[in-house]
Amino acid sequence: MKKVYANAADALDGLLFDGMTIAAGGFGLCGIPELLLQAIKDHGTKDLTFASNNAGVDDFGIGILLQTRQVRKMLSSYVGENAEFMRQYLAGELEIEFNPQGTLAERMRAGGAGIPGFYTKTGVGTQVAEGKEHKDFDGETYILERGIVADLSIVKAWKADDTGNLVFRKTARNFNPPAAMCGKVCVAEVEEIVPRGTLDPDNIHLPGIYVHRLIQGDHEKRIEQRTTRKREDA
Amino acid sequence: MPWDRNQMAERAAQELEDGMYVNLGIGIPTLVANYVGDKEITLQSENGMLGMGAFPYEGEEDPDLINAGKQTITELNRTAYFDSATSFGMIRGGKIAAAILGAMEVAENGDLANWMIPGKLVKGMGGAMDLVAGVGRVIVVMDHTSKHGDSKLLKSCTLPLTGTGVVDRIITNLGVLDVVKGGLKIVELADGVTEDELRAATEATIV
Repeated sequence: MKKVYANAADALDGLLFDGMTIAAGGFGLCGIPELLLQAIKDHGTKDLTFASNNAGVDDFGIGILLQTRQVRKMLSSYVGENAEFMRQYLAGELEIEFNPQGTLAERMRAGGAGIPGFYTKTGVGTQVAEGKEHKDFDGETYILERGIVADLSIVKAWKADDTGNLVFRKTARNFNPPAAMCGKVCVAEVEEIVPRGTLDPDNIHLPGIYVHRLIQGDHEKRIEQRTTRKREDA
Repeated sequence: MPWDRNQMAERAAQELEDGMYVNLGIGIPTLVANYVGDKEITLQSENGMLGMGAFPYEGEEDPDLINAGKQTITELNRTAYFDSATSFGMIRGGKIAAAILGAMEVAENGDLANWMIPGKLVKGMGGAMDLVAGVGRVIVVMDHTSKHGDSKLLKSCTLPLTGTGVVDRIITNLGVLDVVKGGLKIVELADGVTEDELRAATEATIV
């Protein structure tokens, strides 16, 4: 079965529809599927719900879809870097469901692993617990959180083979594996597609069973906070 | 003289023991890494890394290598990377010995508020709720009072909570306090700060 497509628009062909839920990998601007996000913008799909830890910045990442008002709702843990997000949210134009970061990651992982709900103590006694089932185990209180199954997952990896086995690089792995797992269909963009047999089978981070379509492309990989230290004089 | 930011961080570093796996929050907690000395402390970054190194030299920044504050960092020779679900598995599962976090308010029963000011600051909790629910020990580093002189150590929090009864120890510019049965207990005073001064700056019950 052929998984490799020529470009992002081709890889998304037939998968996009208004009102759909998309799970996206990435943390801040690190490891985000920037080419697929641009293609979704170009396609003009509307009323999107995004499960994504962050919402990008104003002109990069999911931020580009906020500018064009293609996003209706975000499931996120932190959206502090996006002024346009804040403006739309405070104006009541955008819905947000804040999820604790670990709860969001586990909701994706669980959804992909056939687990419709799980109990966690994260958020007990806070706004996050309101309206959720509470249950005591061994003397401690937990709340029920639901697994997420998205219509589409979009992720970014470093390398892939043509069967969709993925290898990530450093902290760019982040939400990409759980996001990939929770989609009915998953499209991955990578920096390099290598021939079969060149990836070490013991070092595949995400098996190709989770990846249905694949593209290779050039990535901007923007840095959000460039922090450095001075070289000490020898 | 009350402690400054660096002295608070230095005091917080004394809480850490050789071999510990620790998560440091953004702000003053990040400075704690500068004061661990010879102790082998492994810093966890909840975006998927154990063994966080210093900031990179100029020109060596890697967009694929950032901390939870989205800052460029470096790896160590013992670094391990993993995905976000695994990262919060180790947090929720109690494998991280301690978290050192900032706070807006702490209550005398250990309630913590540090993620939201309704109508003003709506950024999200990030990993803070998972950390305070899961790690072995929660140490808060914060100014004792607001800019207006109001106590941030309260009888009960006024802001939306990050967790209930989760704080173990508070390190402020005035001293160190533990959350104990019935209120807060003074453990240590900052150099030159009197107990009366600390009590006067504290709304919470001191036992």
